[in-house]
Amino acid sequence: MELANIEKLIEKYENAETSLQEEQELKDYFQQTDVPGHLLEYQAMFNYFDESNAERFTKSIPLKTKKTYWKWLSVAAAIAIMFSIYTYNANTINDLEKKEAEFAYQETQKALQMVSKNLNKGSSVAIAGLREFEKTQNKIFITNK
Amino acid sequence: MNQAEFVNTVLPLKDKVFRLAKRLLISIDEAEDATQDLFLKLWKNKNKLSEYRSVEAFAMTMTKNYCLDQLKAKRSNNLSLVHSNYKDNNLSLERSIELKDCVSRVHQLMTDLPEKQKIIMQLRDIENFEFEEIGKILDLQPTAVRVALSRARKTIREQLIKQQNYGIS
Repeated sequence: MELANIEKLIEKYENAETSLQEEQELKDYFQQTDVPGHLLEYQAMFNYFDESNAERFTKSIPLKTKKTYWKWLSVAAAIAIMFSIYTYNANTINDLEKKEAEFAYQETQKALQMVSKNLNKGSSVAIAGLREFEKTQNKIFITNK
Repeated sequence: MNQAEFVNTVLPLKDKVFRLAKRLLISIDEAEDATQDLFLKLWKNKNKLSEYRSVEAFAMTMTKNYCLDQLKAKRSNNLSLVHSNYKDNNLSLERSIELKDCVSRVHQLMTDLPEKQKIIMQLRDIENFEFEEIGKILDLQPTAVRVALSRARKTIREQLIKQQNYGIS
């Protein structure tokens, strides 16, 4: 770019009337080494700006994910609670069933025992009847002989 | 805003935040601490960030306020702000020694500027923000930004010439 143009831009720059694009043009111009003596200050300024812009933040930035930890913790807690409720319910159901089954078993046994008792009673009665019948039969046969 | 969005949109601002912090706090260590602190704050508020139109402008405003608070706290502690641990990054070898000398002097002159002018010059000449954006960050009219910037640029140049002349005589 010709010097006259640069000087015009410089004047605008001093009055803060340049656009970003024009300032970039100035920066580019002052990258070269042979700059007229009266513009040396500007070269120093623009070089300094360039230099400063190249500076980088080198440390690490720790991003704590505390929040998500809490979220996962609550999920885990919910699962644990649901699981414990489930196993508790399952256990109580098993106990109840066991008790019911035992009760039914005992009832059945009682009923069967009753039946067998009565059956025994009945059979002894029947045998006694049978003996009585035999007795009378013998009597009849003996008297008839 | 989730973690991926944060990493893509907010994290790249770390250099700009660091440079502005360093401009105001001068010490590299303090600027690094400030940057880490500021990003922790941004991270904590990441859900609110999408409400802002420009996250960049918001981050710069936060940086400015944070650093000015730091400075205020330090001044009330009667500690003087003398740091000289800035590095004079090497320019290309062909540049004259005189120019190198001049460039490092620009740093000192910029450090001596009033805070407002310092911030404006940092945002415009180094970070290439538009006047409207700078106005938003500093809560100023764009014309006021221009006036302050013009003053800063002229001051730096005049001081450079002055020092140059002293050097000769």
